[in-house]
Amino acid sequence: MSDIKLIQVTKQYDGQSQPAVDSVSLDIPAGELVVFVGPSGCGKTTTMKMINRLIEPTSGQILLGGEDVLAREPNELRRHIGYVIQQIGLFPHLTIAENITLVPGLLGWSAERSRKRSDELLDLVGLDPSSYRDRYPRQLSGGQQQRVGVARALAADPPVMLMDEPFGATDPITRERLQNEFLRLQAELRKTIVFVTHDFDEAVKLGDRIAVLRERSRIAQYDTPEAILANPVDDYVAGFVGSAAALKRLALIPVAKLTTEPGSADGLPAVPPDATARDALDLMIRHGTSRVRIGDGTVDFAAISALLGGGHER
Amino acid sequence: MNVRRQLGLPLLLLAALAATYLWVSSRQLDSMEARVLNADFIRDAALSHLLLTAVATTLVVLVSIPLGVLLTRPFARPLTPVVMAIANVGQAAPALGVMVLLSILYGIGTTIAIVTLVFSAALPVLRNTIVGIQQVDPALLEAGRGMGMSRGQILRRLELPMAVPIVMAGLRTTIVICVGLATVATFINAGGLGDIIVAGIKLQRTPILVTGGVLTAVIALGLDWLAGLAEKYVRPHGI
Repeated sequence: MSDIKLIQVTKQYDGQSQPAVDSVSLDIPAGELVVFVGPSGCGKTTTMKMINRLIEPTSGQILLGGEDVLAREPNELRRHIGYVIQQIGLFPHLTIAENITLVPGLLGWSAERSRKRSDELLDLVGLDPSSYRDRYPRQLSGGQQQRVGVARALAADPPVMLMDEPFGATDPITRERLQNEFLRLQAELRKTIVFVTHDFDEAVKLGDRIAVLRERSRIAQYDTPEAILANPVDDYVAGFVGSAAALKRLALIPVAKLTTEPGSADGLPAVPPDATARDALDLMIRHGTSRVRIGDGTVDFAAISALLGGGHER
Repeated sequence: MNVRRQLGLPLLLLAALAATYLWVSSRQLDSMEARVLNADFIRDAALSHLLLTAVATTLVVLVSIPLGVLLTRPFARPLTPVVMAIANVGQAAPALGVMVLLSILYGIGTTIAIVTLVFSAALPVLRNTIVGIQQVDPALLEAGRGMGMSRGQILRRLELPMAVPIVMAGLRTTIVICVGLATVATFINAGGLGDIIVAGIKLQRTPILVTGGVLTAVIALGLDWLAGLAEKYVRPHGI
């Protein structure tokens, strides 16, 4: 487990009047997925790439598990940090297994150990090893390639992963499926992950915490998705949250967490057990009722509204 | 792979050789024709032609590929236009003129012929090595770098393999150019099929001229075919 600490990290490019990243300080706890969200060109990717030194900071400190990344040999450092990019970047001339075992190979793993690891990871991301390991990337669909991209980043079991809009180039349906699979994976693996996106809804869905960044990567708000949705600190963050903040918050609450009232549930529409409070509300609207069935009990509209704590919505 | 399509060209070339042979051997050769159109003379000319082509092509590969790689490295990029200009001059300058000038300076013989061939045929491999490396998707290089590959590893394991198809296309062009240009080696006493062709012109004997021409064309097309086969085998799978 490795936490990540950014301490007044600045990146100043030559010939530019303002720094691209301006004195950013941030603590990313071990095992958490932190999403950097902000508009294009706000410096979120630059900030992320300074963690594995693809971009060298001009000043400031970056600590990985308490160790200064600038003190480590860059290539050696990167072999221990998983890296996933939007373009996926699978090497077309290497098989799926060869792509996945590239970093283990750089680290000097035996062929046998690498082979086992590659099969294990293909299983993990839901691709049958026997039918996929010897294929070439172009023989896979975009969604399958993205799964391999994630498997490749996980190959050497790095404690830290950097993901740059990894699902950005996929269609909405594939994207949602990849996000769900990835959430399931992360629940199991508990890696420390920095995830960059410009999609606030994706940030809400995936992040343990969200850092909303403004230009020059300055942090507008750094908090849990629930807290940002409930209390955006200013108009800038509120702009990101967008409309329907209450609905977005409800989408974060599984119905399993609702306290149900016992009582007759006859004739009421039933909410599936893995649904969210937002789904329950949706069901009420569709059926024109103010009460739905969840498991053995029921929940009414007031109970769902109360989830939001009422009062201070913007 | 379609075997029949692969074999079409060599069969055609063999047929052309056979037809030429039958036509020439059906004629009553006079003494001048017989001096050129005999097995020993033709074999020597063809072998020296192949040797000139092989040595020149090998040298082109040994010079152009490393040079091309070097010119794509960031520190050498300012040099690229200069070297490309020289290589372009090499391709544009008439090979015969270059060869004659070099002969005046350094004397005649096989070495000068080979130097001329290398100078004139280096561009395709050089240019395609540069283009082949430059066309590699920058996202792939970024991925490689992000995974902790060193510069050398990125070159050997990503850039070069992905450049192979384009470099091989350049190599085929270089080979064909070499076969064609090697016919002028005869003017500085460096042998080759030019011996036969020039004899045919000077003696005004059509059978000699046709034999030299057909042999040159068959070697050019045959080597191009072989290089095409080789390309299929060395090209990485998956590209």
